[in-house]
Amino acid sequence: MKNNKKRNLLLSLILAAICIAFLLYVDKFQHYSMLATVLKKGAIYSLVAVSLNLLNGFTGLFSLGQAGFMMIGAYTYSILTIPVADRAGVYQYFDGGIVQFCVPMIVGLILAGIVPAIFAWLIGLPVLKLKSDYLAIATLGFAEIMRAIIQWKQVGPLTNASNLLKKFANFDSILFPFIVSAICIGFIVLLINSTYGRAFKAIRDDEIAAEAMGINLAKHKMQAFLISSFFAGIGGALLAMFQSSVQASTFTSTMTYEILLIVVIGGIGSITGSIIGSFLYIACSEWWLRFLDDPAPYLHVNISFMRPGFRMLVFSVVIMIVVLFFRKGIMGDREFSWDGIFNFFKKLCKKKDKSAKEVASK
Amino acid sequence: MHDAAYYIQLLLSGVTVGSLYALIAIGYTMVYGILRLINFAHGDIFMMAGFFMVYISAECSLAVSIPLVLLLTVILGVAIERAAYKPLRTAPRMSVMISAIGVSYLLQNLANYITGGIARAYPDIPFFTQVMNVGGLSIKRITVITPILTIALVVVLVILIQKTKIGMAMRAVSRDFETSQLMGIKINSVISMTFVIGSFLAGVASILYFSNYGQVSPMIGAMPGLKAFVAAVFGGIGSIPGAVIGAFIIGICESVIKANETIAVFSNAFTFALLIVILLCKPNGLFGEKLTEKV
Repeated sequence: MKNNKKRNLLLSLILAAICIAFLLYVDKFQHYSMLATVLKKGAIYSLVAVSLNLLNGFTGLFSLGQAGFMMIGAYTYSILTIPVADRAGVYQYFDGGIVQFCVPMIVGLILAGIVPAIFAWLIGLPVLKLKSDYLAIATLGFAEIMRAIIQWKQVGPLTNASNLLKKFANFDSILFPFIVSAICIGFIVLLINSTYGRAFKAIRDDEIAAEAMGINLAKHKMQAFLISSFFAGIGGALLAMFQSSVQASTFTSTMTYEILLIVVIGGIGSITGSIIGSFLYIACSEWWLRFLDDPAPYLHVNISFMRPGFRMLVFSVVIMIVVLFFRKGIMGDREFSWDGIFNFFKKLCKKKDKSAKEVASK
Repeated sequence: MHDAAYYIQLLLSGVTVGSLYALIAIGYTMVYGILRLINFAHGDIFMMAGFFMVYISAECSLAVSIPLVLLLTVILGVAIERAAYKPLRTAPRMSVMISAIGVSYLLQNLANYITGGIARAYPDIPFFTQVMNVGGLSIKRITVITPILTIALVVVLVILIQKTKIGMAMRAVSRDFETSQLMGIKINSVISMTFVIGSFLAGVASILYFSNYGQVSPMIGAMPGLKAFVAAVFGGIGSIPGAVIGAFIIGICESVIKANETIAVFSNAFTFALLIVILLCKPNGLFGEKLTEKV
């Protein structure tokens, strides 16, 4: 057992080293490639997916407000970090806006988490009492309300109404979203393995039983909701940096559905599943399935049914297949572990041995 | 200030929009009453019905295409139930809801693929779009037809549910799923019937809505769908008269808000604010039945 632990640690370190080396390589030599884009966006979506999974998969609260919290995070970050000199240009219809100061990137990033958490607290007070589907609709509605408020002309001096926000502090290295996401996801993992995490899981499995065991339902649900929106906000800020512009109209309910589907593909209740799911989803939708949108991908053979939009169609059919037939997703509710992988291969070998023996005995 | 005619026009357009929401909301409320499932795809069925009309009317005359569109919409609704919800009947409610979201995503992408993402012009139905002159007001005939047709359909539906055998079965299933199964009710045919009715009404709503609106686009179903759902919750989920009244209230409020320049951007947000308020003050809606959870 002890040997296993040492081996696992060593393997993890090697894997981490390979990943970092790979990222450094991509950062240095393929900075503008599709691969770099997919990696950056994948890292950001992993954080958001994990934050949604904390709610849906670990606490059993079916929330559809994630895009709303991301939007608040993105706006908080970008409003606070646009350099004062550039404000006149960005807020050209609102006389430079009313915020006339600029905070450092890291402060902006932390505030991008705190402000959505405050909103989550406000909305959580009334909404968290609701049962599953009502909660989903209420949070979805909350996201829509926030979107309408941000686009309102009267708050234009603060949010630039429906115009773009741009020129805010940005990252250059592709390592940046990875580092931020890794820190945040690490925190969520620690949380889930703590007594809080066990309380969340108890609430998910049976609310009434959990309450009978002395878990304060309202308090723990609120904690999960706040933490989830905090990290969704940071994810939103990262997404804003990735796109280098923010507009409220992009944070629609479709975005929440997308994140939800990532969580489902990865496995509800599995952190590693969500991470794998996001990279897979982003890679497929942005890169690997691109050829489906191209009428003549190979040898100038014209395939008439392949035209823009076909990629998303194929994609949604695949998602439906996962939802209907592989309900557990990639990881189910298990986590990635070296022991798991070794056991998997051992089983595979045994099966082969068995079938070989069966063939031999016949 | 505006004159009385302006306000009457505002009220009329509110009633029209409200009755369309009512037709869609009935589909939501019936499905929720029986399956306890928010059928997220319902708004997209409404959208698909619009596209059926666009493509079929290009080939056939209106007299043929309208029944054909309604038939296809019903088939689509039942097919979705069979393919995406039936296999998950014993699964947790969250999985079914995710499946509904998946279907909605699929239908939107399908429509996007077929049309290339461009809005299509809806065929003109002259009978509906003719302008009438009533007491100095010039209104489209459809503004009058829509509420009347809606109320007529709702009355028929209520009679169907109260008087016929299948209606009785529906009420039984929505009261207690398992017991009614033990009493020999064929659950699957009842559920299919619910989807038939819901999709049929969504089809009717789509014809009325789009002939007024003029064009169909792949994403158009989401918003009316969600609003109709709010109407269903507002009236008390599972209650048909409740859904209709909720829809009328939302429709009228929306047209008033839209008419006011400064707050027009909140016409969608208002609906959701109303939802949150109603869920807090009266979680079972105006006419909903109180459900208690057993351990």
